Amino acid sequence: MLSKDKWLFEITPKNSLFSLNLKEIWSYKDLLVLFVKRDVITLYKQTILGPLWYIIQPLFTSVIFTLIFNTIAEIKTGGIPPYLFNLAGITFWNYFSECLKGTADTFKKNQAIFGKVYFPRIIMPMSVVVSNLVKFGIQLLVLLSFYIYYVAIGKSVRPSVYVVFLPFIVICMGMLGLGFGMIISSLVTKYRDLTFLVSFGVQLLMYVSLVTLPYSLFVTHDLTWAVDFNPMAQIIELSRFVILGEGTVSSFGIIYTLLFSIIVFILGVLIFNKTEKSFIDTI
Amino acid sequence: MESEVILKVENVSKQYRLGVRGTGTISHDLNRWWHQLRGKEDPYLKVGDINKRDSKGNSEYVWALKGVNFEVKKGEVLGIIGKNGAGKSTLLKILSKVTGPTEGSIKSNGRIASLLEVGTGFHPEMTGRENIYLNGAILGMTKKEIASKIDEIIEFSGCQRFIDTPTKRYSSGMTVRLAFAVAAHLEPDILIVDEVLAVGDAEFQKKAIGKMKSISEEGGRTVLFVSHNMVAVEQLCSKVIILENGKVSFEGGVTEGISNYLTYNSEVNSVLLSKRKDRKGNQNFKINKISFNEGNDSIVQGKPLKIKLHYFNKLSVDNIKISITICKNFEEKIMNINNHSQGIFFSVEKGEGVISITIPKLYLISSEYTIDVWTSFNDVVLDYVVNATSFEVKPSDVFNTGKALNTSQHGIVFPDVCEWMNN
Repeated sequence: MLSKDKWLFEITPKNSLFSLNLKEIWSYKDLLVLFVKRDVITLYKQTILGPLWYIIQPLFTSVIFTLIFNTIAEIKTGGIPPYLFNLAGITFWNYFSECLKGTADTFKKNQAIFGKVYFPRIIMPMSVVVSNLVKFGIQLLVLLSFYIYYVAIGKSVRPSVYVVFLPFIVICMGMLGLGFGMIISSLVTKYRDLTFLVSFGVQLLMYVSLVTLPYSLFVTHDLTWAVDFNPMAQIIELSRFVILGEGTVSSFGIIYTLLFSIIVFILGVLIFNKTEKSFIDTI
Repeated sequence: MESEVILKVENVSKQYRLGVRGTGTISHDLNRWWHQLRGKEDPYLKVGDINKRDSKGNSEYVWALKGVNFEVKKGEVLGIIGKNGAGKSTLLKILSKVTGPTEGSIKSNGRIASLLEVGTGFHPEMTGRENIYLNGAILGMTKKEIASKIDEIIEFSGCQRFIDTPTKRYSSGMTVRLAFAVAAHLEPDILIVDEVLAVGDAEFQKKAIGKMKSISEEGGRTVLFVSHNMVAVEQLCSKVIILENGKVSFEGGVTEGISNYLTYNSEVNSVLLSKRKDRKGNQNFKINKISFNEGNDSIVQGKPLKIKLHYFNKLSVDNIKISITICKNFEEKIMNINNHSQGIFFSVEKGEGVISITIPKLYLISSEYTIDVWTSFNDVVLDYVVNATSFEVKPSDVFNTGKALNTSQHGIVFPDVCEWMNN
């Protein structure tokens, strides 16, 4: 009984909402890297086209969207070629939706491993967000090659000077996806209903997030409220503005989106952290 | 240093809700929240039955653990034994932070790594080497630590040839070997091991137990070990606690603990053997319990030994072959008792029954022995359990010389009185 009151750590039932152990998370950074590596190398194992699937999906979706919305429904996309407009929207939207869908079932998908070994649970959703970044990077390169093509054939698209802020937009999107994903995954441990909401909710949200429909269309139909307070619509419009040089952005929109993302992210971390301690009993 | 307490479990309790979850979850949550808001105690913590699997309780809440207290000193190997559902796994889960306790606290002075399952997080599409890194990181090692030990890990696993092949091509035994190799090279202060040795062959079990022993003896690390295999517990542990209905019913020495555990409930021996998973064969004929000398007399050298095999038989077997091998140090085969090789043939009927085998005079040096039991029909294995149970042969003055035969210098087996001539 030498060290009577000096303990390295203590396990107790009560945990405060703010007991986030950043030092511990940092010590598991190698695990994060290995999870990312696992996700990237195992996703397309035993497929013929392999990572080409990363490219095929946005390209074909954009073709269909261009056919339906721009050729058949004759929606105008301003000075941006419709195909590029859709491809840019889908590339950015994909990152958000993949992050959200990938993290929303964290607890359910990983209950086998979570039930057997302890590590900071937040590593899991964080690894999803990071490995999606790899996919997003590849898709961004595809977007870039189409971009160069359209510039070469003389279309008047050019990036704005604010293109240097692109990484911040991506971080904002990641925080939003991760934050919502963590909140949902925490609630799903008890109430499975939310899984159904996520799968079709994300799909519906896409239509009011300016992925395929331009802002001007919402103005003419007096529906701007649907996109003004939608942080994802703001992010998509903002990213299109910085890389394609055309879009409707306001300083209010930027500040609102930034604050919204930060609050959702912090809320997500706190709720997730509270849930991780006892979720295994309720899932 | 020697008496330093490294882990202190204080009044730990864990409550679970029984039945199908769903209806009433929201109402209970709201009620709990309402009490919390007014600064009152959780209304559901006051109710709850003790953890008894076979009794019918009044409450839908049950205490899987209730007021568990114990301490573990540095370098100790603590065995945790108890019947199914006694709370062993719940305790390990709380200790390894997989779930939190409802009440009480656990104080620790060292890094805890738990091995509740081998190969947690193994990805079948990744190679053995990639999985070593991933599994090691899941268990809390850094990439650098793993890199410095990778050769040792591969060597210990004995899977050198397959190390760059995806683990989905591995046999289940190889996966276990690889996974245990990773875990064995963890260097936590406290290692928690659940029934993981039940898988893997006898050679590997021995290797694993040896490794755990050296972890605690040479490394000065603390090990918490849960098993139904009393032979392994006896070999490995320096202290034992018995959990019974969510409470600690015994804490103390290993030999005392095991005999206590085996006698407090005479059914335990049968539960132990019938619950053993590391058995081979089609299980149409299954040995549920082994007892010696009617369960009361001790086993004495030079005296008869009666072994009773309590079995359950699904189909009647015409000409069963029963083979009992007495081993020393787990695998060194000393003698085999086999009805076919003795020219004795019989059949067993469907249902429960007992087969008794009596060795007229047991000529073994006094020591600990283990038994492997093999049963087969027409060369089809029915039930095969390695290290099914252990027994101790007590010394006695067999040849009335005033001395017992109990030194291993004289070997293990001795003959009956011989004819001596001096010409």
